[in-house]
Amino acid sequence: MLRIKNLESGYGRLKVLKKVTMHIRAGEIVTIIGANGAGKTTLLRTVSGLIPARSGEILFDMKEIGTLPPEKIVFLGCSLVPEGRQLFAPLTVNENILLGAYPQYRKKRSDQVRDDLERVYGLFPRLKERERQLAGTLSGGEQQMLAIARALMARPKLIMMDEPSMGLAPLIIKDIFSIVTRLRGEGSTVLLIEQNAKAALGIADRGYVLETGRIIMQGTAEDLLSNREVQRAYLGRDLDAEGTM
Amino acid sequence: MYWESDKECMDREELEQLQLEQLQSTLNRVYSHVPFYRKQFDALGITPEDVGSLDDLARLPFTTKADLRDNYPYGLFAVPMREVVRIHASSGTTGAVTVVGYTRNDIRTWSNLVARILTAGGVTKDDVVQIAFGYGLFTGAFGLHYGAERIGASVIPASSGNTTRQIQIMKDFKTTALVSTPSYALLVGETMQEMGIPVSALSLRYGLFGAEPWSDAMRQEIEGRLGIVATDNYGLSEVIGPGVSGECQERQGLHINEDHFLVEVIDPEKLRPVPPGETGELVITSLTKEAFPMVRYRTHDLSSLLPGPCPCGRTGRRMSRVTGRTDDMLIIKGVNVFPSQIERVLFEIEGTEPHYQIVIDRKGAMDEATVLVEVGESIFFDQMRRQREMVDTIRKRLAHELGISVDVKLVEKKTLGRSEGKAKRVIDNRKL
Repeated sequence: MLRIKNLESGYGRLKVLKKVTMHIRAGEIVTIIGANGAGKTTLLRTVSGLIPARSGEILFDMKEIGTLPPEKIVFLGCSLVPEGRQLFAPLTVNENILLGAYPQYRKKRSDQVRDDLERVYGLFPRLKERERQLAGTLSGGEQQMLAIARALMARPKLIMMDEPSMGLAPLIIKDIFSIVTRLRGEGSTVLLIEQNAKAALGIADRGYVLETGRIIMQGTAEDLLSNREVQRAYLGRDLDAEGTM
Repeated sequence: MYWESDKECMDREELEQLQLEQLQSTLNRVYSHVPFYRKQFDALGITPEDVGSLDDLARLPFTTKADLRDNYPYGLFAVPMREVVRIHASSGTTGAVTVVGYTRNDIRTWSNLVARILTAGGVTKDDVVQIAFGYGLFTGAFGLHYGAERIGASVIPASSGNTTRQIQIMKDFKTTALVSTPSYALLVGETMQEMGIPVSALSLRYGLFGAEPWSDAMRQEIEGRLGIVATDNYGLSEVIGPGVSGECQERQGLHINEDHFLVEVIDPEKLRPVPPGETGELVITSLTKEAFPMVRYRTHDLSSLLPGPCPCGRTGRRMSRVTGRTDDMLIIKGVNVFPSQIERVLFEIEGTEPHYQIVIDRKGAMDEATVLVEVGESIFFDQMRRQREMVDTIRKRLAHELGISVDVKLVEKKTLGRSEGKAKRVIDNRKL
């Protein structure tokens, strides 16, 4: 579904991504784990078209999207749930969700919006209850759900999530992640970026480890979870204290 | 039958994407974790970022057996020792021992790759697999053991040696698959004959042989004597051990596990890739190994990449069976000679046993090669004339095959030494 080859990008003179090569097959949940500043968000922003690729290929459904503007990429079926939710706080829950249907209106498929809205509220009954509440007054978990709901309105084939667990309590994280699994069950493909590597690898099929803009490891979630370097650096296990030497 | 059909039958384009991802991350890891590789790359002014395609592999430096020795024992490990759960050493066919390591993930990968090869060779969970490789530092026994266990077969860790006991076990435990070197399989066949045990007394169906080059003629011989379907598999400890490639039931070359290894074939002198399909030295890069990644390892094994797809459905490219080693190539009277060529000729001649030895001496400035061939007992009781005829035939055929003349001596059955591991075929007495 998504195939990235030798992707390089950055900000100004700063090169953040260095020859990143990766892929996602339809129906997969793939996670990219890495420390703060490794380039995870830059990768998602580049794929979304928010910052330009300096070199390399980004093929989405076998079409090169590296030079397309963000809205075209959304139209093709690749949506981003951005870091920090980026909601419109003074608008209601319902209004925020409807904003996500912008591509449907542009494609003159506004007839689909009612069904999509129903589906999304079906996924997030909590949002249905708060339909008329202002987004800014929601809890962190609800805001995250709203951001996902908004992205789903564009009917994405690939949904990219940037740190959906950020700032949330463990119980809420569990909720959010079970929604991700459910989305995949309904046919979506998910690219998940997380600092919470353990939770992400818990639901992912495969993962990539990004370190200072380079992919240093990849494999099945099982392989990465049992890799000791990953355990030490990203899963917070203190192997020395466990006396494994 | 496949073990991991999604991997073994992967679409080529998808496979190449995966290989590039794995190559780049392997290079990123070795460059930051292994001082040897960093030095090698720096010397050529190359960084991992210069590798943007599989073709760029050719720009990277080779790794040789000497590099392994220079970094003895742990210098090429890419993880701290506490992550290493297993250490093996090369069997040292030639020269000094070298050390390799495995993480827990490496062992799991290894088991899976060997499981693929065993499945391709016909083995299923219902088989009773007798491993007649020596258990020890050598990777052969453990690799096949893990793979067979992974499949769910019943594994008998018989180890090497004590051939009569091996046969007893085979008979009593109803072994269905034998794992050993091909030369040992022949010895088993011979010993069975001496013990008066017919093939029908055993339950053997499959044989998976490796660790030394062998010919198709030798395969037929083994299959006839043991009543099995014999397949060849290939690997070397420096790369992972067994599990690099193996034959399927078509037996038209060995499928390489390309989602774990990149294989190149180079001209061992010019160090450049040979044209597709031509024989050269195998150079292997590991794509998924954690503890002991290998970049462009020169195996000294001679093979070629076969064109076209295999009817079995696996998409992994096939390599031809290893015909010899660049370093067991003999130069006799200035001509390149491989023991496997001699083997091929001998197998075609009625009345000879599949055991031979090549002895090379130097008289003055001239090389003299003598091929000692075992023959069946009957010939020695017969007239001299038949013996002489046979020597003549062998000599002529060898001269035709090798392009040089060699002496031929017939010896009685069982006079040449038998090996329980890799056979010793060459005795070079020349002081060069």
